[in-house]
Amino acid sequence: MSTSISMPQLGESVAEGTIGKWLKSPGERIERDEPLVEVITDKVNAEIPSPVAGVIERIVVPEGQTVAVGTELVVIGDGVGAGEPSATRAPAAAPAELPAGQLTGGEAAGDPVKPDPRDAAATGQERVPQGPTGAAQNASPAAIQDEPPAPGSSVGGYGATARPDGQGATTAATTVPRDGDAVTPTRASPLVRRLAREHAVDLSQIAGSGVGGRVTKDDILGYIESREAAPSAPAPQRVGAPSDTPVAPPRPDAPAAPVTAASSRGLGEDEELVPLTPMRRVIAEHMVRSLQTSPHAWGMVEVDVTPLVAARESLVKEWKAREGFELTYLPFFVKAVVEALRECPVLNARWSDQGVVLKRRVHIGVAVAVQDGLIVPVIKDADQKSIGGLALAARDLVTRARNGRLAMDDLQGGTFTVNNTGALGSIASGPIINQPQAGIITMEAIVKRPMVRDDAIAIRSMMNACLAFDHRVTDGAEALRFLQIVKRRVEAYGPGTAIY
Amino acid sequence: MAVKTLIEAVTEALSEEMERDSSVIVLGEDVGVHGGVFRATDGLHKRFGAERVIDTPLAELGIAGVAIGAAMNGLRPVAEIQFADYIHPAYDQIVNEAAKIRYRSNGTFTCPIVVRAPFGAGVHGGLYHSQSVEALFYHVPGLKIVIPSTPYDCKGLLKASIRDPDPVLFFEHKKSYRRIKGEVPEGDYTVALSQADVKRQGQDISVITYGVGVHLALEAAEQIDREGVSVEVLDLRTIVPMDKESIARSVAKTSKVLIVHEDNKTGGVGAEIAATIAEDHFDELDGPILRVAGADTHIPYAPTLEEAVIPNVDDVVTALRRLAAY
Repeated sequence: MSTSISMPQLGESVAEGTIGKWLKSPGERIERDEPLVEVITDKVNAEIPSPVAGVIERIVVPEGQTVAVGTELVVIGDGVGAGEPSATRAPAAAPAELPAGQLTGGEAAGDPVKPDPRDAAATGQERVPQGPTGAAQNASPAAIQDEPPAPGSSVGGYGATARPDGQGATTAATTVPRDGDAVTPTRASPLVRRLAREHAVDLSQIAGSGVGGRVTKDDILGYIESREAAPSAPAPQRVGAPSDTPVAPPRPDAPAAPVTAASSRGLGEDEELVPLTPMRRVIAEHMVRSLQTSPHAWGMVEVDVTPLVAARESLVKEWKAREGFELTYLPFFVKAVVEALRECPVLNARWSDQGVVLKRRVHIGVAVAVQDGLIVPVIKDADQKSIGGLALAARDLVTRARNGRLAMDDLQGGTFTVNNTGALGSIASGPIINQPQAGIITMEAIVKRPMVRDDAIAIRSMMNACLAFDHRVTDGAEALRFLQIVKRRVEAYGPGTAIY
Repeated sequence: MAVKTLIEAVTEALSEEMERDSSVIVLGEDVGVHGGVFRATDGLHKRFGAERVIDTPLAELGIAGVAIGAAMNGLRPVAEIQFADYIHPAYDQIVNEAAKIRYRSNGTFTCPIVVRAPFGAGVHGGLYHSQSVEALFYHVPGLKIVIPSTPYDCKGLLKASIRDPDPVLFFEHKKSYRRIKGEVPEGDYTVALSQADVKRQGQDISVITYGVGVHLALEAAEQIDREGVSVEVLDLRTIVPMDKESIARSVAKTSKVLIVHEDNKTGGVGAEIAATIAEDHFDELDGPILRVAGADTHIPYAPTLEEAVIPNVDDVVTALRRLAAY
């Protein structure tokens, strides 16, 4: 009995992955959850653990090759089949009718591995993301219903409708959703499906403007028009893996969205084209989608951080000696933000057509600039950490982000985002929401300014905090109340502040 | 061209057809000396005499039966049922006789009758002077059903119905009689049966309707136009046989369909239109086929309740908004 492992869907909008390194060779034994292969995607490099125990029978996709989600990567046997004469287990321990894979899977938390090759793709995708992350273990099909996805979001949703082989639909139905990034239910009208078929359009590439992010007739016609207006763009590739052509061509120039369609028209003499990296492309798609999805409203407060500056200065030496790295302002800000979120839960939420979905847990995304882009790893359960704990968590994420060592799980599940734009010298920003969250706050540069205090002019360390919020979810009154709480809490820091 | 009311168009069509063809007769309750309770046959008795404009007893079964017999013997009777609510006694004659004569006699006989009947609500007529009855006949093979919305169409369609060799039910919405005015050319013209008419061109949503629904749709289209939604209004005019080509054209153009009629929703004409579109044009649809129709209840006498159960412009606008946003 063999199990086929397919390229998993490593998060929303990830359509394909490149095999970085096989960690096991054919003939080698592997245990369940043991690292099997390194996969490089647009977003992250991930170690994929084996969903089953067994022996590597055959590696289908070699290192360095990029394949679409759902493509078969490797076949793992149970170690008792043909070609494995040196079966490692006693026959009595594993009767033929009850293959090892099934046995192992069946014991695992009601999540049986289906060795049937037809189910392999789904099984692989369902299980693989769980490996590196204990947090995802509680994700269940019920989560799909409880948390309707952000409009217009994921590949697994609309893409599924466009896949003639039905494999996409399987993916959409079985991929375990993470937090708000749930798969979008299949919703495309008969007309849109027909147009998608006739023009080979992958619906996941289109940001829908209809109810719940539905791709409307106008959306798809506009997309086709803009695509045809851009003759240099190759035909879009299908996201789902057609069974007859398992290996997708590399896509250095595949049109990701209408974003690029217009911009790839002919170059002028004085222009130079910088090819898009996968990360640039993903960022572009996210930004466009966010602005199309949420009506952004902005607010700003100025915060007197003089006592905080003093507090940090008093702590910084001892901290460096004990922890070995600089104590930044970021953990203080994150702490203030999570406390404010507790008082204003509507900002720790996301919009759905059925209602505003409040998040019981607080996971704070922290924007990190990396080479060629931006990445937003997530501090999980930030409300349960002290300032020191937040500093350690942020340090760990930032370091791994810059080294390209983040796991998929590090990037998922954020419920609110903090961006320390002040580190770049900015004094005011209009940030774009990280979908499907309800808000994002920036902490601007700390600047010494003359301020009026008790009718006298004093030199104070001042900082602006800027909030962008989804105006569907809440209004200015609540958003500004939130900002005021952040302000109050940041201003309350002082030399007596405990950081553990 | 003279501006006339819808009922004047009826009278003019009858008068001209009686003038043109001596086999055309009119019969019904109070259609003669009195000129009809709605004055549809006003002046005809005086002009064409009691032999051709016949006052009948209050017995609809008889009115229909006499008309059918006369038609089979070479006349072209136009029978008036005073209110469509009272057509039910004539149902057997219309359904079991008129509709089947051509088929039953293997084409030896035809039954060129027109049964005219004012119908519909909105005039505080209560239970028995407000009903829409088209769906009851819609199901029956062998009957044509015409429902005009404008005076121009009314005159041309009535003339075409009188000249048609088979039975035609000609339902006139009584609220339209004097409220709807429009230009009506003097003299002879016809409007072909089974041809829908685009009363308003649009791009985004098709409203398929007939009778007073046309006016609700036009007003709603005007309102929602200000919101940037372009609505096409297709007036079926003849609901059987349905002009499927016009429906196909409109659906292909807009991909979204709203059906409006005053008759109640369940088992109504809209259900058939929706099913036809779903069967034939599924791949053209970019949204659900919606219906705005009367509530599945009787027409109440109380004006506020009557208002509540029949569709109005707001209902149509609401449905259009829903489709536009879909």
